Amino acid sequence: MSKILIRGAKVLGGEPQDVLIDGETIAEVGTGLSAEGAEVVEAGGKVLLPGLVDLHTHLREPGREDSETVLTGTRAAASGGYTAVFAMANTFPVADTAGVVEQVWRLGREHGYCDVQPVGAVTVGLEGRKLAELGAMHESAAGVTVFSDDGKCVDDAVIMRRALEYVKAFGGVVAQHAQEPRLTEGAQMNEGVVSAELGLGGWPAVAEESIIARDVLLAEHVGSRVHICHLSTAGSVEIVRWAKSRGIDVTAEVTPHHLLLTDEMVRTYNPVYKVNPPLRTERDVMALREALADGTIDIVATDHAPHPHEDKDCEWAAAAMGMVGLETALSVVQETMVDTGLLDWAGVADRMSFTPARIGRAGGHGRPVSAGEPANLTLVDTAYRGQVDPAGFASRSRNTPYEGRELPGRVTHTWLRGKATLVDGKLT
Amino acid sequence: MQRHLISAADLTRDDAVLILDTAEEMARVADRPIKKLPTLRGRTVVNLFFEDSTRTRISFEAAEKRLSADVINFSAKGSSVSKGESLKDTAQTLEAMGVDAVVIRHSASGAPYRLATSGWIDAVVINAGDGTHQHPTQALLDAFTMRRRLIGRDAGLGQDLDGRRITVVGDVLHSRVARSNVDLLHTLGAEVTLVAPPTLLPVGVETWPCEVSYDLDATLPKSDAVMMLRVQRERMNAAFFPTEREYSRRYGLDADRMAKMPEHAIVMHPGPMVRGMEITAEVADSERCTVVEQVANGVSIRMAVLYLLLGGNEPAVTHTRTTEEK
Repeated sequence: MSKILIRGAKVLGGEPQDVLIDGETIAEVGTGLSAEGAEVVEAGGKVLLPGLVDLHTHLREPGREDSETVLTGTRAAASGGYTAVFAMANTFPVADTAGVVEQVWRLGREHGYCDVQPVGAVTVGLEGRKLAELGAMHESAAGVTVFSDDGKCVDDAVIMRRALEYVKAFGGVVAQHAQEPRLTEGAQMNEGVVSAELGLGGWPAVAEESIIARDVLLAEHVGSRVHICHLSTAGSVEIVRWAKSRGIDVTAEVTPHHLLLTDEMVRTYNPVYKVNPPLRTERDVMALREALADGTIDIVATDHAPHPHEDKDCEWAAAAMGMVGLETALSVVQETMVDTGLLDWAGVADRMSFTPARIGRAGGHGRPVSAGEPANLTLVDTAYRGQVDPAGFASRSRNTPYEGRELPGRVTHTWLRGKATLVDGKLT
Repeated sequence: MQRHLISAADLTRDDAVLILDTAEEMARVADRPIKKLPTLRGRTVVNLFFEDSTRTRISFEAAEKRLSADVINFSAKGSSVSKGESLKDTAQTLEAMGVDAVVIRHSASGAPYRLATSGWIDAVVINAGDGTHQHPTQALLDAFTMRRRLIGRDAGLGQDLDGRRITVVGDVLHSRVARSNVDLLHTLGAEVTLVAPPTLLPVGVETWPCEVSYDLDATLPKSDAVMMLRVQRERMNAAFFPTEREYSRRYGLDADRMAKMPEHAIVMHPGPMVRGMEITAEVADSERCTVVEQVANGVSIRMAVLYLLLGGNEPAVTHTRTTEEK
């Protein structure tokens, strides 16, 4: 088996250390380790993190291979420092049966860039009426533990209650896309000062907050855990904070774009800023950063949502919702959380690796950087600053809101169980 | 003046007064036996209408023809758009045919802005109404009508609407006319009050440069002009108000209410009117109602806008056009 010595890396941002990988595992962590028989990677003060874990990715395969495939999506993931991604269920066909989730899981294994953990649909066809075979998906080779109708809200309170209860039998979790459907009919952007001026249909914060409030109370009532996808408002933060203070088993994620961008961007009518939930206000952005720092929000998840060019090169109302995020997530988190002093690199490891792996029960991922652990690692050049150039993306899609924006940090190496998937910023 | 006309908010006070003054000159053309100027001879204007609007389209077409432009009318119905062609492809196809200006009407807010700023085409873009966003030529023709009626045709030249009290009543939430009017009237120095049930006002309206009231009767005596917006009957199905009758009782303009307005005050409506809903026939047909005048003024305003954006190098009118020719 091959040995790799990563020399002089700031493990989780600490003092420089050497990390020796032997085969699929970390053999040793220390200073002055012998390079004998090992390929040496000079880290030169770069930050070494556990391989990132994304609890919320859209890989689009099967069904929309024109926007992304498991191969291109996992290459994008490796590029962004990820070693595991959870692939959302809103494919065609929907990932609501054991057959579909096994296919997606197997494609991930075959390509070998990043582990793909499929998310199963909560309801058949994401229609919110009838529970999908959650147990069968869990027992399949894919071993599904996270269930979500993401893209749609499980808005029927009884269906949501039953799903929360049912998955307890095998330690599953329901990840809710919190969006009250009636309050968001025709919604195009955050409802507020900007939508009033632009004449675009409003997506009010209360449509998210009311569902979160209901679901944390349901989770408390039936003693289940619940996960909130892409939390986007200051009010949602308050509700989750309250729920946690009551001991309710709730976890929540925030996307990189909600940590950086506001609805002011919509004034350009450029659909690259069209996303669901929508970009909110400066006040929301600040509340989300603070909540991620204090742990009220547990993790960062990308909601990587690739779309073909034509679905964004049009008028706002006709455009698809969503942005790609895997290849820029860490940079945005550095910009908004680390460089602002809100979070250190150990905190980033927690929010982007340890905790998402724990929520999703992703075995072998989100482990400490220490001897005996699987060698899932990411090396980041945190001193780098550069403009985002979508032409260089590994993703099949280019719908990034950061084109031309200067952001810090660049992932140079990623290792998946000791195998390099990214070397010097280039995919293997 | 900017190269395109997308939003009333893009106009400065001087831009707006220039357009109004130019429109007065254009109006004189309508009084001649031959209602035509050679100004845009050899220029091609396309009326790109993705949303049905016979009145606005005809108004633009009349304006274009009076300026001797070549006119192409494009309506989305029965066109390649109904077969799934994108806005971008449609616009580029038209431009390839040598179009100098695109007058666009679209149900999607922001579509004209996208057309003007995405690098898809080079032509001048004039917004003829986009979704619930803007309808700048409507606001201009409304201001033109107000200035004529409240100040006078000749006395108004060079003047804005400083201190005039304008009340806009009805479905502000879904109205591009209301948005454009608030922007332009504010720029022209008028004091605007919006009157509507709270359900038909957008969240965020409190930041607009105007007053907001739920009480029509209290506002009427303090109005120099009252603009009634169309209220679609379907709105009551979405619980914006309980019934047509209740809406009319609380926010409709009838003769009794009109009597509360000052002597000189006028009643305006962008059309099409829903008689019996927001306005009674008696008011609509009264001397004080300017609906028909607004239509005539619309042609003059659109002539002025086309002239200023497209070709107005004639010495008859001086203006501060900063854009270069294509």
